[in-house]
Amino acid sequence: MNIHIKNGRVIDPKNHIDAQQDVFIDAGKIAGIGSAPAGFVADRTIDASGLVVAPGLVDLAARLREPGYEYMATLESEMDAAVAGGITSLACPPDTDPALDEPGLVEMLKHKARNLNQTKVYPVGALTAGLKGQELTEMAELADAGCIAFSQADAPLTDTRVLLRAMQYAATFDFPVWLRPQDSFLAKNGVAHDGEVATRCGLPAIPVSAETIALATMLALARDTGVRLHICRISSAAGVDMIRAAKRDGLKVTCDVSMNHTHLSENDIGYFDPNCHLVPPLRSLHDRAALRAGLLDGTIDAICSNHAPVDEDAKQLPFAEAEPGATGLELLLPLVLKWAEQDKVALPDALARATLHPARVLGLDAGHLSVGAVADICVFDPAAWWKVEPSALKSQGKNTPFIGYEMQGRVRYTLVDGQVVYQG
Amino acid sequence: MNPQLNKDGELQHLLTTEGLPARIVRDILDRAATFLDVAEGREIKKVPLLHGKSVFNVFFENSTRTRTTFEIAAKRLSADVVNLNIGSSSTSKGETLLDTVDNLCAMHADMFVVRHSQSGAAHLIARHVAPEIHVINAGDGRHAHPTQALLDMFTIRHYKKEFHNLRVAIVGDVLHSRVARSQIHALTTLGVPEVRVIAPKTLLPTMVENLGVRVYHDMVQGLKDVDVVLMLRLQNERMQGALLPSAQEYFKNYGLTEEKLAHAKDDAIVMHPGPMNRGVEIDSVVADGPRSVILSQVTFGIAVRMAVMSMLAGGKQ
Repeated sequence: MNIHIKNGRVIDPKNHIDAQQDVFIDAGKIAGIGSAPAGFVADRTIDASGLVVAPGLVDLAARLREPGYEYMATLESEMDAAVAGGITSLACPPDTDPALDEPGLVEMLKHKARNLNQTKVYPVGALTAGLKGQELTEMAELADAGCIAFSQADAPLTDTRVLLRAMQYAATFDFPVWLRPQDSFLAKNGVAHDGEVATRCGLPAIPVSAETIALATMLALARDTGVRLHICRISSAAGVDMIRAAKRDGLKVTCDVSMNHTHLSENDIGYFDPNCHLVPPLRSLHDRAALRAGLLDGTIDAICSNHAPVDEDAKQLPFAEAEPGATGLELLLPLVLKWAEQDKVALPDALARATLHPARVLGLDAGHLSVGAVADICVFDPAAWWKVEPSALKSQGKNTPFIGYEMQGRVRYTLVDGQVVYQG
Repeated sequence: MNPQLNKDGELQHLLTTEGLPARIVRDILDRAATFLDVAEGREIKKVPLLHGKSVFNVFFENSTRTRTTFEIAAKRLSADVVNLNIGSSSTSKGETLLDTVDNLCAMHADMFVVRHSQSGAAHLIARHVAPEIHVINAGDGRHAHPTQALLDMFTIRHYKKEFHNLRVAIVGDVLHSRVARSQIHALTTLGVPEVRVIAPKTLLPTMVENLGVRVYHDMVQGLKDVDVVLMLRLQNERMQGALLPSAQEYFKNYGLTEEKLAHAKDDAIVMHPGPMNRGVEIDSVVADGPRSVILSQVTFGIAVRMAVMSMLAGGKQ
């Protein structure tokens, strides 16, 4: 189908386009920007007057809860949420049940996702069998099945010799290793940032040093092994400084941050709001400021939803017992826009952190609108206000710290491979 | 919005002493003073303020002592009292906290007195119940134990009359103590100019000074010229997890002895929330000595709990 998207404000960070232009799509690819290719006849015309036409969002962390946790969410429900959020590619962590540590599981997931014809799903395979931190997985087999990187998700890997071996093995095949830095001894039983709020509330705490100690270990081993290391969900100012220094030293390291952590802090826990029980914990305002600065200066490559839908019952518990996690796929775009507005970041620069840059982390030719590129596109109304309410969310997870917030920015069309997969 | 006040600024629940207006704290203490007579001066130790009301003592964590004082307080107000030790029944069958609460609400409870091992449990219940139901936090995790702190304030006022000229030291395991947190908020709310905490660094939470206290690691310095010494209970399990090397070493450095107490003011009083570990945090000579007011705390505790319950469910006095 040939689609003509007309009169929109086209923003493409890669090609430095920010102008009112028309976009022409032919056979699933971008056939022209500005002027139609010769002989182009549109089967469908989308009037994007007043709307922004941007590359589809690329989310580095979205838990789809399959297999194993279908009571929290299903592939169907979360893919609906993803396209409603303008997300056209996403990486899913391996902490399913069973963990994504066998090629058959990965193939099944890829197959199910492909049949839904919506957002493209890129599984991150388990780095160790069962995420137990002891034996390596068959990484080459898993990569053949479709894994784009290998990770422990939030499971601890305390044995540094295993971590060294895992990095060496991954580096052999140039597979990226994605790790969230957290020392499991310092983080034991902790549910909140070790700061003033945890002290007032009497909540077991996780110090910043839990992040920096693990990060130092990971960076040292990455130096020794030459592995492509991606640091997931950095949460502290000290952690951002360490990534900045490592990059300056020429280490091949990339990094992401969760949108929750660029917008919230420990103070949002308020009177024990279980929606603010997140992994990693929400840290101080000082940390939040450093995360935003790191995202802007490129120390942090990408902002992700860290989507983790949780069923209602698991949240209606005292703070520490409540299942951590929040739904996020439908909030990523508005929160990127909110960050841009609050910190006076140019819209193309802000969108790059959720499109082009995460696509680079994934090694995908995506997140841009070059002629000839796959037509994964998000068309959104940057001025539309909406209220975050359970009924407004397609995700099966209705828990988010942003419930009740007024958000600006609503997706109108999502296109994957040149097909309109969502219209709102 | 303060979750323990209603829209008119009156007490709806008692969850914590943090953010509790000073006028309400003083009201509770004043009202408690009138209830002391009920116990001491009368033939019949009852008033009918809560007649026909049902008070449910719901203890997810066992505590015979605290539960008993709430039970006595409710009965002296003529309430019907139901005691439930949930720790050993429903939750072990898989029922969630709020399921349990819903079931008890269906039995027409007017007031819940709740103890739970998790910080924030009382807030969760207060958010959940219908507006005509009142919740008293009888201790949630490490967070708060407001009636204990209020009875401590009553005791201090009884012996010292004023708060604005006092130096108060809290000694021991502040990190794990809901009592200490509630005491600190209550003392600062009532205008105590100097609140100290004395403990080794392993037993102090991060940034505790932001709660408005001065931190001491040395007992002699910390007790110097104080008017009130608030001792905290040290759980035996603190000897594990690399928090403390031994009870003996703890007692040597932080146990309250006559010798250390000599650095406090001559008329200083010594308090303890109970149950005491004699020879661990406090020497028997001090616990049973002339400056100990520990048994008064127990007596006053009933009056203070009567005051809180009657204020919540009994309407205006």
